[in-house]
Amino acid sequence: MTLLWLYWEFFKTGLFAIGGGMATLPFLQEMGVATGWFTAGQLADMVAVSESTPGPIGVNMATYVGFTTAGVGGAVIATLGLVTPSIIIILIIAALLKNFRNNRYVDAAFYGLRPASSGLIMAALISLVAIAMLHIDLFRETGSLLDLVDLKSLILAAVLLVLTRWVKPTKKLHPIVFILASAVVGAVFSFGA
Amino acid sequence: MHILPDLFLTFAKIGVMTFGGGMAMLPILQREVVEKKNWATEDELGDYYAIGQCTPGIIAVNTATFVGQKQGGIAGGIVATLGVVFPSLIIITALAGLIAAFSHLTWVQHAFAGIRVCVCVLIFNTVLKLAKKAIVDWKAFLIFLAVVILSVFTDLSPVIFVLGAALLGILLKTLEVKKA
Repeated sequence: MTLLWLYWEFFKTGLFAIGGGMATLPFLQEMGVATGWFTAGQLADMVAVSESTPGPIGVNMATYVGFTTAGVGGAVIATLGLVTPSIIIILIIAALLKNFRNNRYVDAAFYGLRPASSGLIMAALISLVAIAMLHIDLFRETGSLLDLVDLKSLILAAVLLVLTRWVKPTKKLHPIVFILASAVVGAVFSFGA
Repeated sequence: MHILPDLFLTFAKIGVMTFGGGMAMLPILQREVVEKKNWATEDELGDYYAIGQCTPGIIAVNTATFVGQKQGGIAGGIVATLGVVFPSLIIITALAGLIAAFSHLTWVQHAFAGIRVCVCVLIFNTVLKLAKKAIVDWKAFLIFLAVVILSVFTDLSPVIFVLGAALLGILLKTLEVKKA
């Protein structure tokens, strides 16, 4: 039963996630809340592993979530669920619509879809930041802004932001470099403790 | 080699070499599909890729289905897609078991706490890149803002936003045409 449910959840994700692998994140977040299969923190770790391993990120995340939920069978079923809508839609487009790209309505729909997709990922990011860098429970208790933000995390985030966006020699480095460096920093400075 | 196993193996190879998502895949596709196999011209690949970006689903999967379909019909489309996801299944399954075995260690938990911060920054960079292309005028910006605010403060499913945004896009563009 879980496998069937898993297939359906990933079918929906594959059908509605638009604009590449990271666009599946908001759907996975909602899935975790709705089903209780994994926590938001676990999902963040899965994103990290998916970014650091070969294969398209979206496929990696589906495999990982499926495996976490129901073992090897879950990994296979989740991935198949994710790709089923793609296969159906692309086969239809390839057979019927020669000028899909130039279709006025498709173009108009994507005028709305692209900012919405970015907005969904932005919202997913905000809840991820709340888990990774804020102590919301502690803040509720003490009401002190100093307790809200995890200072170590904030410093690491600021350094990473500068290195990935502005420093020329490090800007082009593969994400895995930053992920590994952050793992070392996290272990050495006891992050999350 | 028969076309179906050839499609599977070629796309499995592309899957292994794709590191970090759909965008990283284009140069690899160009080499394998256009130069080595002659399964598509450069222009056709560009078209597949563009359609892959503006249809639901993972871009890598969409492109694989397209190339596979052209070479081997429906079966070809399915086989190419299975090929591109195959390496992920093996690698992630192996790794997930390994990580689960070590996740109780304190230092591993600290390391992952550091990694989560990094993931936030990486996703932030992805959002910026996508938003730059998506927010073409103030109306698009309002759609972006509305989706962010509504999805943070309500429990609405992302599905609602996707469907709503598509309809809104068609509505806005139709009104523009009427005005002009």
